[in-house]
Amino acid sequence: MVGGGTGRRVGGRLVLGVPALLAVLLLVLPLLALLLRTDWSRLLADLATPTVWTALRLSLTTTSCTAALCLLLGTPLAWLLARSDHPGTRWLRALLTVPLVLPPVVGGVALLLTWGRNGILGGALSAFGIQIPFTTVAVVLAETFVSLPFYVLAVEGAMRGLDPRLEAVARTLGASELRYLRTVGLPLVLPGIASGLALAWARALGEFGATITFAGNFPGRTQTLPLLVYVELERDPQVATSISILLLAISVVVLGALRGRWLR
Amino acid sequence: MTRQAIPPTRRPSLGGRGAGLALAAILVATVAACGSGSSPSGDSTGAAGGSGAGSTATGASGAAGLTGTVTVLAAASLTESFDAIKADFEAAHPGVTVETSYGSSATLVQQVDNGAPASVLALAGSAAAEPLDKSLVKDTTSFARNILEIAVPPSNPAAVASINDLAKPTVKVVLCADTVPCGKAAQATFRKARVVPNVVSKEVDVKATLAKVRLGEADAAVVYHSDVVAAKDAVKGVAIEGQYNTSLTYPIITLTDDAATRAFVAYVLSDAGRHTLASFGFAAP
Repeated sequence: MVGGGTGRRVGGRLVLGVPALLAVLLLVLPLLALLLRTDWSRLLADLATPTVWTALRLSLTTTSCTAALCLLLGTPLAWLLARSDHPGTRWLRALLTVPLVLPPVVGGVALLLTWGRNGILGGALSAFGIQIPFTTVAVVLAETFVSLPFYVLAVEGAMRGLDPRLEAVARTLGASELRYLRTVGLPLVLPGIASGLALAWARALGEFGATITFAGNFPGRTQTLPLLVYVELERDPQVATSISILLLAISVVVLGALRGRWLR
Repeated sequence: MTRQAIPPTRRPSLGGRGAGLALAAILVATVAACGSGSSPSGDSTGAAGGSGAGSTATGASGAAGLTGTVTVLAAASLTESFDAIKADFEAAHPGVTVETSYGSSATLVQQVDNGAPASVLALAGSAAAEPLDKSLVKDTTSFARNILEIAVPPSNPAAVASINDLAKPTVKVVLCADTVPCGKAAQATFRKARVVPNVVSKEVDVKATLAKVRLGEADAAVVYHSDVVAAKDAVKGVAIEGQYNTSLTYPIITLTDDAATRAFVAYVLSDAGRHTLASFGFAAP
Protein backbone atom coordinates (compact mmCIF):
# COMPACT_ATOMS: atom_id res chain seq x y z
CA MET A 1 0.00 0.00 0.00
CA VAL A 2 3.05 2.22 0.39
CA GLY A 3 3.60 2.03 -3.37
CA GLY A 4 0.05 3.10 -4.00
CA GLY A 5 0.58 6.09 -1.76
CA THR A 6 3.69 7.26 -3.61
CA GLY A 7 1.90 6.66 -6.88
CA ARG A 8 -0.83 8.97 -5.80
CA ARG A 9 1.69 11.51 -4.62
CA VAL A 10 3.50 11.38 -7.97
CA GLY A 11 0.16 11.59 -9.70
CA GLY A 12 -0.75 14.61 -7.60
CA ARG A 13 2.55 16.25 -8.40
CA LEU A 14 1.90 15.64 -12.09
CA VAL A 15 -1.61 17.03 -11.92
CA LEU A 16 -0.35 20.23 -10.36
CA GLY A 17 3.10 20.30 -11.91
CA VAL A 18 2.13 20.16 -15.58
CA PRO A 19 -0.25 23.16 -15.55
CA ALA A 20 2.17 25.02 -13.26
CA LEU A 21 4.99 24.44 -15.73
CA LEU A 22 2.74 25.59 -18.59
CA ALA A 23 1.94 28.74 -16.61
CA VAL A 24 5.63 29.45 -16.08
CA LEU A 25 6.33 28.91 -19.80
CA LEU A 26 3.45 31.19 -20.80
CA LEU A 27 4.92 33.96 -18.68
CA VAL A 28 8.63 33.45 -19.18
CA LEU A 29 8.84 32.53 -22.87
CA PRO A 30 7.85 35.99 -24.18
CA LEU A 31 10.41 37.62 -21.87
CA LEU A 32 12.99 35.18 -23.15
CA ALA A 33 12.00 36.00 -26.74
CA LEU A 34 12.55 39.68 -26.04
CA LEU A 35 16.03 38.93 -24.73
CA LEU A 36 16.88 36.54 -27.57
CA ARG A 37 15.70 38.86 -30.33
CA THR A 38 17.52 41.92 -29.01
CA ASP A 39 20.46 43.03 -31.10
CA TRP A 40 22.78 43.62 -28.14
CA SER A 41 25.45 45.25 -30.30
CA ARG A 42 22.94 47.90 -31.30
CA LEU A 43 21.31 48.29 -27.91
CA LEU A 44 23.33 51.25 -26.63
CA ALA A 45 23.24 53.07 -29.97
CA ASP A 46 19.48 52.52 -30.14
CA LEU A 47 18.95 53.90 -26.67
CA ALA A 48 21.38 56.81 -26.82
CA THR A 49 19.07 58.93 -28.94
CA PRO A 50 17.42 62.18 -27.83
CA THR A 51 13.97 60.65 -28.46
CA VAL A 52 14.58 57.78 -26.05
CA TRP A 53 16.16 60.01 -23.39
CA THR A 54 13.28 62.47 -23.59
CA ALA A 55 10.74 59.66 -23.21
CA LEU A 56 12.75 58.05 -20.40
CA ARG A 57 12.96 61.33 -18.51
CA LEU A 58 9.25 61.91 -18.97
CA SER A 59 8.43 58.37 -17.85
CA LEU A 60 10.55 58.70 -14.70
CA THR A 61 9.15 62.15 -13.86
CA THR A 62 5.51 61.18 -14.34
CA THR A 63 5.78 57.86 -12.52
CA SER A 64 7.51 59.59 -9.59
CA CYS A 65 4.70 62.15 -9.42
CA THR A 66 2.19 59.30 -9.58
CA ALA A 67 3.94 57.46 -6.75
CA ALA A 68 3.93 60.65 -4.67
CA LEU A 69 0.20 61.17 -5.34
CA CYS A 70 -0.49 57.56 -4.34
CA LEU A 71 1.44 58.06 -1.13
CA LEU A 72 -0.19 61.37 -0.23
CA LEU A 73 -3.77 60.58 -1.22
CA GLY A 74 -3.84 56.80 -1.15
CA THR A 75 -2.42 56.22 2.32
CA PRO A 76 -5.13 58.20 4.19
CA LEU A 77 -7.79 56.53 2.05
CA ALA A 78 -6.38 53.08 2.77
CA TRP A 79 -6.29 53.92 6.50
CA LEU A 80 -9.90 55.04 6.59
CA LEU A 81 -11.01 52.04 4.52
CA ALA A 82 -9.13 49.64 6.79
CA ARG A 83 -10.71 51.01 9.94
CA SER A 84 -14.25 51.53 8.76
CA ASP A 85 -16.87 48.85 9.28
CA HIS A 86 -19.65 51.00 7.85
CA PRO A 87 -21.71 48.96 5.32
CA GLY A 88 -21.01 51.66 2.71
CA THR A 89 -17.29 50.90 2.90
CA ARG A 90 -17.78 47.64 1.05
CA TRP A 91 -19.41 49.49 -1.79
CA LEU A 92 -16.75 52.16 -1.81
CA ARG A 93 -14.03 49.53 -1.96
CA ALA A 94 -15.79 47.77 -4.83
CA LEU A 95 -16.09 51.10 -6.63
CA LEU A 96 -12.38 51.76 -6.18
CA THR A 97 -11.49 48.46 -7.82
CA VAL A 98 -13.37 49.37 -11.00
CA PRO A 99 -10.42 51.31 -12.51
CA LEU A 100 -8.37 48.20 -11.76
CA VAL A 101 -10.39 46.03 -14.11
CA LEU A 102 -11.40 48.73 -16.58
CA PRO A 103 -9.64 48.52 -19.96
CA PRO A 104 -7.13 51.39 -19.85
CA VAL A 105 -8.49 52.83 -23.11
CA VAL A 106 -11.90 53.13 -21.48
CA GLY A 107 -10.18 54.85 -18.58
CA GLY A 108 -8.69 57.28 -21.07
CA VAL A 109 -12.10 58.04 -22.55
CA ALA A 110 -13.53 58.53 -19.05
CA LEU A 111 -10.69 60.90 -18.18
CA LEU A 112 -11.33 62.88 -21.38
CA LEU A 113 -15.00 63.17 -20.47
CA THR A 114 -13.96 64.44 -17.02
CA TRP A 115 -10.95 66.66 -17.64
CA GLY A 116 -11.34 67.32 -21.37
CA ARG A 117 -12.30 70.69 -22.76
CA ASN A 118 -15.93 69.59 -22.88
CA GLY A 119 -15.61 67.39 -19.80
CA ILE A 120 -17.60 67.77 -16.59
CA LEU A 121 -14.66 69.41 -14.76
CA GLY A 122 -12.52 70.41 -17.71
CA GLY A 123 -15.19 72.74 -19.06
CA ALA A 124 -15.08 74.82 -15.88
CA LEU A 125 -11.28 74.65 -15.74
CA SER A 126 -10.86 75.94 -19.27
CA ALA A 127 -12.81 79.04 -18.24
CA PHE A 128 -9.76 79.80 -16.08
CA GLY A 129 -7.43 79.02 -18.95
CA ILE A 130 -6.44 75.64 -17.50
CA GLN A 131 -6.41 72.82 -20.04
CA ILE A 132 -5.39 69.34 -19.06
CA PRO A 133 -5.45 67.09 -22.15
CA PHE A 134 -2.18 66.90 -24.12
CA THR A 135 -0.14 68.03 -21.11
CA THR A 136 2.22 66.19 -18.79
CA VAL A 137 -0.38 66.69 -16.05
CA ALA A 138 -2.71 64.53 -18.13
CA VAL A 139 -0.08 61.77 -18.20
CA VAL A 140 0.17 61.86 -14.39
CA LEU A 141 -3.62 61.85 -14.07
CA ALA A 142 -3.89 58.84 -16.39
CA GLU A 143 -1.15 56.98 -14.53
CA THR A 144 -2.67 57.80 -11.15
CA PHE A 145 -6.10 56.69 -12.33
CA VAL A 146 -4.82 53.21 -13.16
CA SER A 147 -2.30 52.76 -10.33
CA LEU A 148 -3.93 54.34 -7.27
CA PRO A 149 -6.34 51.38 -6.81
CA PHE A 150 -3.37 48.98 -6.73
CA TYR A 151 -1.76 51.07 -4.02
CA VAL A 152 -4.88 51.55 -1.89
CA LEU A 153 -5.81 47.87 -1.95
CA ALA A 154 -2.27 46.73 -1.12
CA VAL A 155 -1.84 49.18 1.74
CA GLU A 156 -5.33 48.61 3.10
CA GLY A 157 -4.59 44.90 3.26
CA ALA A 158 -1.44 45.59 5.28
CA MET A 159 -3.30 47.97 7.60
CA ARG A 160 -6.06 45.47 8.24
CA GLY A 161 -3.39 43.06 9.42
CA LEU A 162 -2.45 45.34 12.32
CA ASP A 163 -3.20 43.91 15.75
CA PRO A 164 -6.17 45.93 17.09
CA ARG A 165 -4.81 45.56 20.62
CA LEU A 166 -1.92 47.86 19.69
CA GLU A 167 -4.29 50.71 19.09
CA ALA A 168 -6.30 49.91 22.20
CA VAL A 169 -3.13 50.15 24.27
CA ALA A 170 -2.01 53.33 22.55
CA ARG A 171 -5.39 54.94 23.10
CA THR A 172 -5.50 54.01 26.80
CA LEU A 173 -2.11 55.72 27.06
CA GLY A 174 -3.77 58.83 25.69
CA ALA A 175 -2.49 58.82 22.10
CA SER A 176 -4.76 60.39 19.49
CA GLU A 177 -5.61 58.48 16.30
CA LEU A 178 -3.13 60.55 14.31
CA ARG A 179 -0.37 60.02 16.88
CA TYR A 180 -1.02 56.28 16.92
CA LEU A 181 -0.90 56.27 13.12
CA ARG A 182 2.34 58.23 13.02
CA THR A 183 4.25 56.42 15.77
CA VAL A 184 2.90 52.88 15.64
CA GLY A 185 0.63 52.19 12.65
CA LEU A 186 2.67 53.60 9.77
CA PRO A 187 6.04 52.17 10.83
CA LEU A 188 4.45 48.73 11.11
CA VAL A 189 2.82 48.85 7.65
CA LEU A 190 5.89 50.31 5.95
CA PRO A 191 6.59 47.07 4.06
CA GLY A 192 2.99 47.09 2.83
CA ILE A 193 3.35 50.71 1.72
CA ALA A 194 6.59 49.87 -0.08
CA SER A 195 5.10 46.93 -1.93
CA GLY A 196 2.00 48.99 -2.75
CA LEU A 197 4.20 51.75 -4.12
CA ALA A 198 6.21 49.26 -6.16
CA LEU A 199 3.04 47.79 -7.64
CA ALA A 200 1.55 51.20 -8.39
CA TRP A 201 4.78 52.53 -9.81
CA ALA A 202 5.25 49.51 -12.09
CA ARG A 203 1.67 49.84 -13.31
CA ALA A 204 2.22 53.55 -13.98
CA LEU A 205 5.47 52.90 -15.87
CA GLY A 206 3.66 50.48 -18.19
CA GLU A 207 0.60 52.70 -18.69
CA PHE A 208 -0.29 52.99 -22.37
CA GLY A 209 -3.99 52.98 -23.20
CA ALA A 210 -5.25 55.72 -20.92
CA THR A 211 -2.24 57.90 -21.69
CA ILE A 212 -2.48 57.75 -25.48
CA THR A 213 -6.25 58.29 -25.34
CA PHE A 214 -6.30 61.10 -22.81
CA ALA A 215 -2.88 62.75 -22.96
CA GLY A 216 -2.04 62.14 -26.60
CA ASN A 217 1.43 61.42 -27.91
CA PHE A 218 3.95 64.24 -28.14
CA PRO A 219 7.70 63.90 -27.58
CA GLY A 220 8.86 65.54 -24.36
CA ARG A 221 5.37 66.33 -23.17
CA THR A 222 3.25 63.20 -23.22
CA GLN A 223 5.26 60.54 -25.08
CA THR A 224 6.28 58.09 -22.36
CA LEU A 225 8.43 55.01 -23.03
CA PRO A 226 5.53 52.62 -23.77
CA LEU A 227 4.10 55.10 -26.30
CA LEU A 228 7.52 55.39 -27.89
CA VAL A 229 7.75 51.59 -28.15
CA TYR A 230 4.43 51.54 -30.01
CA VAL A 231 5.44 54.30 -32.43
CA GLU A 232 8.94 52.93 -32.99
CA LEU A 233 7.60 49.46 -33.74
CA GLU A 234 6.26 50.93 -36.98
CA ARG A 235 9.48 52.72 -37.86
CA ASP A 236 12.21 50.36 -36.67
CA PRO A 237 11.17 47.23 -34.73
CA GLN A 238 14.75 46.76 -33.50
CA VAL A 239 14.64 50.14 -31.73
CA ALA A 240 11.28 49.17 -30.21
CA THR A 241 12.86 45.96 -28.91
CA SER A 242 15.78 47.87 -27.44
CA ILE A 243 13.43 50.27 -25.61
CA SER A 244 11.44 47.28 -24.36
CA ILE A 245 14.65 45.87 -22.89
CA LEU A 246 15.24 49.22 -21.20
CA LEU A 247 11.72 49.18 -19.72
CA LEU A 248 12.21 45.59 -18.59
CA ALA A 249 15.54 46.46 -16.98
CA ILE A 250 14.13 49.50 -15.14
CA SER A 251 11.21 47.47 -13.79
CA VAL A 252 13.43 44.61 -12.66
CA VAL A 253 15.98 46.90 -11.02
CA VAL A 254 13.41 48.97 -9.14
CA LEU A 255 11.28 46.04 -8.08
CA GLY A 256 14.41 44.14 -7.08
CA ALA A 257 15.69 47.06 -5.02
CA LEU A 258 12.35 47.51 -3.28
CA ARG A 259 12.07 43.81 -2.64
CA GLY A 260 15.54 43.58 -1.19
CA ARG A 261 15.08 46.61 1.02
CA TRP A 262 11.51 46.47 2.12
CA LEU A 263 9.97 43.15 1.33
CA ARG A 264 10.66 39.69 2.56
CA MET B 1 -6.45 -3.51 -9.42
CA THR B 2 -8.98 -2.99 -6.73
CA ARG B 3 -9.04 0.60 -5.77
CA GLN B 4 -8.91 0.93 -2.09
CA ALA B 5 -11.52 3.11 -0.51
CA ILE B 6 -9.98 6.36 0.61
CA PRO B 7 -11.53 8.22 3.50
CA PRO B 8 -13.21 11.31 2.10
CA THR B 9 -11.05 13.69 4.09
CA ARG B 10 -7.85 12.28 2.63
CA ARG B 11 -9.03 12.07 -0.93
CA PRO B 12 -6.86 14.24 -3.16
CA SER B 13 -8.93 16.96 -4.71
CA LEU B 14 -7.96 15.84 -8.20
CA GLY B 15 -7.56 12.09 -8.08
CA GLY B 16 -4.81 10.29 -9.98
CA ARG B 17 -3.40 10.32 -13.45
CA GLY B 18 -6.79 10.28 -15.10
CA ALA B 19 -7.46 13.73 -13.73
CA GLY B 20 -4.07 14.91 -14.98
CA LEU B 21 -4.94 13.79 -18.47
CA ALA B 22 -8.37 15.33 -18.16
CA LEU B 23 -6.83 18.62 -17.08
CA ALA B 24 -4.39 18.57 -19.96
CA ALA B 25 -7.28 17.83 -22.30
CA ILE B 26 -9.25 20.73 -20.85
CA LEU B 27 -6.26 23.02 -21.35
CA VAL B 28 -5.80 21.96 -24.95
CA ALA B 29 -9.51 22.28 -25.56
CA THR B 30 -9.55 25.75 -24.00
CA VAL B 31 -6.71 26.97 -26.16
CA ALA B 32 -8.25 25.38 -29.24
CA ALA B 33 -11.67 26.85 -28.51
CA CYS B 34 -10.27 30.30 -27.89
CA GLY B 35 -8.15 30.07 -31.01
CA SER B 36 -10.90 28.95 -33.38
CA GLY B 37 -12.32 32.47 -33.58
CA SER B 38 -9.34 33.70 -35.55
CA SER B 39 -8.90 31.09 -38.25
CA PRO B 40 -6.58 32.14 -41.04
CA SER B 41 -8.30 33.20 -44.19
CA GLY B 42 -6.33 31.53 -46.92
CA ASP B 43 -7.22 27.96 -46.04
CA SER B 44 -10.79 28.11 -47.33
CA THR B 45 -10.10 29.04 -50.88
CA GLY B 46 -13.39 27.65 -52.10
CA ALA B 47 -12.38 27.60 -55.74
CA ALA B 48 -14.91 24.81 -56.34
CA GLY B 49 -16.24 25.26 -59.83
CA GLY B 50 -16.68 29.02 -59.77
CA SER B 51 -13.73 30.07 -61.87
CA GLY B 52 -15.40 33.18 -63.18
CA ALA B 53 -13.49 35.69 -61.06
CA GLY B 54 -10.12 35.67 -62.74
CA SER B 55 -7.97 38.74 -62.54
CA THR B 56 -9.23 39.83 -65.94
CA ALA B 57 -12.89 39.78 -64.96
CA THR B 58 -13.09 43.26 -63.54
CA GLY B 59 -16.85 43.23 -63.35
CA ALA B 60 -16.80 40.39 -60.85
CA SER B 61 -20.55 40.41 -60.67
CA GLY B 62 -21.50 37.16 -62.38
CA ALA B 63 -19.08 35.04 -60.32
CA ALA B 64 -21.64 32.95 -58.51
CA GLY B 65 -20.73 30.06 -56.24
CA LEU B 66 -17.75 31.72 -54.56
CA THR B 67 -17.19 30.69 -50.96
CA GLY B 68 -14.66 31.40 -48.27
CA THR B 69 -13.37 34.23 -46.15
CA VAL B 70 -11.47 37.25 -47.36
CA THR B 71 -9.49 38.98 -44.63
CA VAL B 72 -8.93 42.60 -45.52
CA LEU B 73 -6.48 44.80 -43.64
CA ALA B 74 -7.08 48.40 -44.67
CA ALA B 75 -5.73 51.81 -43.78
CA ALA B 76 -7.76 53.64 -41.14
CA SER B 77 -8.80 56.25 -43.71
CA LEU B 78 -10.61 53.50 -45.65
CA THR B 79 -12.82 52.52 -42.68
CA GLU B 80 -16.14 53.85 -43.95
CA SER B 81 -15.58 53.19 -47.66
CA PHE B 82 -14.40 49.61 -47.16
CA ASP B 83 -17.26 48.91 -44.75
CA ALA B 84 -19.59 49.92 -47.59
CA ILE B 85 -17.63 47.90 -50.17
CA LYS B 86 -17.65 44.87 -47.87
CA ALA B 87 -21.45 45.09 -47.51
CA ASP B 88 -21.96 45.40 -51.27
CA PHE B 89 -19.54 42.59 -52.05
CA GLU B 90 -21.06 40.23 -49.50
CA ALA B 91 -24.52 40.99 -50.88
CA ALA B 92 -23.29 40.04 -54.36
CA HIS B 93 -21.46 36.93 -53.09
CA PRO B 94 -23.50 35.40 -50.26
CA GLY B 95 -20.98 32.56 -49.86
CA VAL B 96 -18.11 34.89 -49.07
CA THR B 97 -17.43 36.50 -45.71
CA VAL B 98 -15.26 39.60 -45.72
CA GLU B 99 -13.44 40.30 -42.47
CA THR B 100 -12.05 43.79 -42.19
CA SER B 101 -9.54 45.27 -39.79
CA TYR B 102 -8.48 48.91 -39.86
CA GLY B 103 -5.36 50.57 -38.52
CA SER B 104 -2.48 52.76 -39.54
CA SER B 105 -0.83 51.46 -42.72
CA ALA B 106 2.43 51.20 -40.80
CA THR B 107 0.81 48.95 -38.20
CA LEU B 108 -0.86 46.78 -40.84
CA VAL B 109 2.38 46.24 -42.77
CA GLN B 110 4.08 45.38 -39.50
CA GLN B 111 1.34 42.87 -38.72
CA VAL B 112 1.53 41.19 -42.13
CA ASP B 113 5.33 40.97 -41.93
CA ASN B 114 4.87 39.25 -38.57
CA GLY B 115 2.54 36.66 -40.03
CA ALA B 116 -0.94 38.14 -39.51
CA PRO B 117 -3.32 36.15 -41.71
CA ALA B 118 -4.54 38.48 -44.44
CA SER B 119 -5.74 38.12 -48.02
CA VAL B 120 -5.79 41.76 -49.00
CA LEU B 121 -3.85 44.78 -47.79
CA ALA B 122 -5.05 48.27 -48.74
CA LEU B 123 -2.63 51.03 -47.76
CA ALA B 124 -2.59 54.81 -47.60
CA GLY B 125 0.12 55.63 -50.11
CA SER B 126 2.59 53.41 -51.90
CA ALA B 127 5.44 54.48 -49.59
CA ALA B 128 3.73 52.66 -46.73
CA ALA B 129 4.26 49.35 -48.55
CA GLU B 130 8.05 49.66 -48.58
CA PRO B 131 8.70 47.70 -45.35
CA LEU B 132 6.40 44.92 -46.59
CA ASP B 133 8.01 41.54 -47.20
CA LYS B 134 7.86 41.45 -51.01
CA SER B 135 7.79 37.65 -51.13
CA LEU B 136 4.25 37.80 -49.68
CA VAL B 137 2.93 40.03 -52.45
CA LYS B 138 1.01 38.39 -55.29
CA ASP B 139 -0.20 41.55 -56.98
CA THR B 140 -0.33 45.33 -56.44
CA THR B 141 -2.71 47.82 -58.07
CA SER B 142 -3.39 51.48 -57.36
CA PHE B 143 -7.06 51.99 -56.63
CA ALA B 144 -7.65 55.45 -55.14
CA ARG B 145 -6.13 58.83 -54.47
CA ASN B 146 -6.53 61.04 -51.41
CA ILE B 147 -5.42 64.53 -50.43
CA LEU B 148 -4.98 66.22 -47.09
CA GLU B 149 -7.49 68.54 -45.48
CA ILE B 150 -7.77 70.41 -42.19
CA ALA B 151 -10.57 69.14 -39.97
CA VAL B 152 -11.99 71.54 -37.37
CA PRO B 153 -14.91 71.19 -34.94
CA PRO B 154 -18.21 72.31 -36.51
CA SER B 155 -18.12 75.55 -34.51
CA ASN B 156 -14.48 76.14 -35.53
CA PRO B 157 -13.61 77.66 -32.12
CA ALA B 158 -10.12 78.75 -33.17
CA ALA B 159 -11.40 80.30 -36.43
CA VAL B 160 -9.04 78.30 -38.63
CA ALA B 161 -9.28 79.55 -42.21
CA SER B 162 -6.05 78.34 -43.78
CA ILE B 163 -2.97 76.26 -43.12
CA ASN B 164 -1.15 79.38 -41.89
CA ASP B 165 -3.52 79.59 -38.90
CA LEU B 166 -2.16 76.28 -37.58
CA ALA B 167 1.04 78.05 -36.50
CA LYS B 168 -0.81 80.25 -34.01
CA PRO B 169 0.01 79.34 -30.40
CA THR B 170 -3.69 79.48 -29.49
CA VAL B 171 -4.62 76.80 -32.02
CA LYS B 172 -4.24 73.23 -30.74
CA VAL B 173 -3.23 71.09 -33.68
CA VAL B 174 -3.26 67.29 -33.72
CA LEU B 175 -1.38 65.38 -36.39
CA CYS B 176 -0.76 61.73 -37.22
CA ALA B 177 2.50 60.27 -35.89
CA ASP B 178 5.54 60.78 -38.12
CA THR B 179 5.67 57.03 -38.75
CA VAL B 180 2.26 56.70 -40.39
CA PRO B 181 1.37 57.90 -43.91
CA CYS B 182 -0.92 60.78 -42.90
CA GLY B 183 1.78 62.09 -40.56
CA LYS B 184 4.44 61.91 -43.28
CA ALA B 185 2.13 63.63 -45.75
CA ALA B 186 1.29 66.37 -43.24
CA GLN B 187 4.98 66.99 -42.60
CA ALA B 188 5.60 67.34 -46.33
CA THR B 189 2.72 69.78 -46.60
CA PHE B 190 3.91 71.94 -43.70
CA ARG B 191 7.40 72.01 -45.22
CA LYS B 192 6.03 73.17 -48.54
CA ALA B 193 3.88 75.83 -46.87
CA ARG B 194 6.76 76.86 -44.54
CA VAL B 195 4.42 76.61 -41.58
CA VAL B 196 5.46 75.27 -38.16
CA PRO B 197 2.20 74.05 -36.61
CA ASN B 198 1.44 74.24 -32.89
CA VAL B 199 1.21 70.47 -32.44
CA VAL B 200 -0.15 69.13 -29.14
CA SER B 201 -0.28 65.44 -30.05
CA LYS B 202 0.77 62.97 -32.73
CA GLU B 203 -1.79 60.20 -32.86
CA VAL B 204 -1.29 56.60 -33.93
CA ASP B 205 -3.56 56.71 -36.96
CA VAL B 206 -5.74 59.10 -38.91
CA LYS B 207 -8.99 58.13 -37.18
CA ALA B 208 -7.44 58.69 -33.74
CA THR B 209 -6.27 62.08 -34.99
CA LEU B 210 -9.73 62.98 -36.24
CA ALA B 211 -11.28 61.73 -32.98
CA LYS B 212 -9.48 64.45 -31.01
CA VAL B 213 -11.29 67.06 -33.13
CA ARG B 214 -14.61 65.21 -32.96
CA LEU B 215 -14.31 65.22 -29.15
CA GLY B 216 -13.62 68.95 -29.28
CA GLU B 217 -10.25 68.54 -27.53
CA ALA B 218 -8.23 69.84 -30.46
CA ASP B 219 -8.91 72.90 -32.60
CA ALA B 220 -7.64 71.40 -35.83
CA ALA B 221 -6.27 68.17 -37.25
CA VAL B 222 -4.62 67.46 -40.55
CA VAL B 223 -6.36 64.40 -41.97
CA TYR B 224 -7.43 63.14 -45.38
CA HIS B 225 -10.19 64.74 -47.39
CA SER B 226 -11.97 61.36 -47.26
CA ASP B 227 -12.01 61.45 -43.44
CA VAL B 228 -13.73 64.83 -43.44
CA VAL B 229 -16.30 63.49 -45.92
CA ALA B 230 -16.86 60.31 -43.88
CA ALA B 231 -17.25 62.23 -40.60
CA LYS B 232 -20.21 64.10 -42.13
CA ASP B 233 -21.46 66.80 -39.72
CA ALA B 234 -19.12 65.90 -36.87
CA VAL B 235 -16.32 68.03 -38.30
CA LYS B 236 -15.87 70.82 -40.82
CA GLY B 237 -13.21 70.75 -43.53
CA VAL B 238 -10.83 73.60 -44.33
CA ALA B 239 -9.12 73.04 -47.66
CA ILE B 240 -5.35 73.14 -48.03
CA GLU B 241 -4.20 74.99 -51.15
CA GLY B 242 -3.14 72.79 -54.03
CA GLN B 243 0.45 74.00 -54.14
CA TYR B 244 1.01 72.86 -50.53
CA ASN B 245 -1.19 69.79 -50.47
CA THR B 246 0.18 66.27 -50.60
CA SER B 247 -1.65 63.55 -52.47
CA LEU B 248 -1.33 59.84 -51.78
CA THR B 249 -2.02 57.00 -54.17
CA TYR B 250 -3.51 54.01 -52.38
CA PRO B 251 -2.30 50.54 -53.43
CA ILE B 252 -4.38 47.38 -52.96
CA ILE B 253 -2.09 44.41 -52.43
CA THR B 254 -3.19 40.80 -52.99
CA LEU B 255 -1.57 38.40 -50.54
CA THR B 256 -3.42 35.11 -51.16
CA ASP B 257 -4.17 33.49 -54.46
CA ASP B 258 -7.76 32.31 -54.09
CA ALA B 259 -10.84 33.07 -56.13
CA ALA B 260 -12.72 34.94 -53.40
CA THR B 261 -9.79 37.25 -52.75
CA ARG B 262 -9.29 37.94 -56.46
CA ALA B 263 -12.99 38.66 -56.77
CA PHE B 264 -12.87 41.12 -53.87
CA VAL B 265 -9.89 43.00 -55.33
CA ALA B 266 -11.59 43.05 -58.71
CA TYR B 267 -14.71 44.47 -57.07
CA VAL B 268 -12.75 47.29 -55.41
CA LEU B 269 -11.28 48.16 -58.83
CA SER B 270 -14.63 47.85 -60.62
CA ASP B 271 -16.87 50.79 -61.50
CA ALA B 272 -19.10 49.97 -58.52
CA GLY B 273 -16.13 50.00 -56.16
CA ARG B 274 -14.80 53.24 -57.65
CA HIS B 275 -18.23 54.78 -57.25
CA THR B 276 -18.35 53.87 -53.55
CA LEU B 277 -14.84 55.21 -53.01
CA ALA B 278 -15.75 58.43 -54.84
CA SER B 279 -18.80 58.88 -52.61
CA PHE B 280 -16.42 58.92 -49.61
CA GLY B 281 -14.18 61.56 -51.15
CA PHE B 282 -11.54 59.43 -52.86
CA ALA B 283 -10.38 60.37 -56.35
CA ALA B 284 -9.49 57.86 -59.05
CA PRO B 285 -5.79 56.93 -58.94
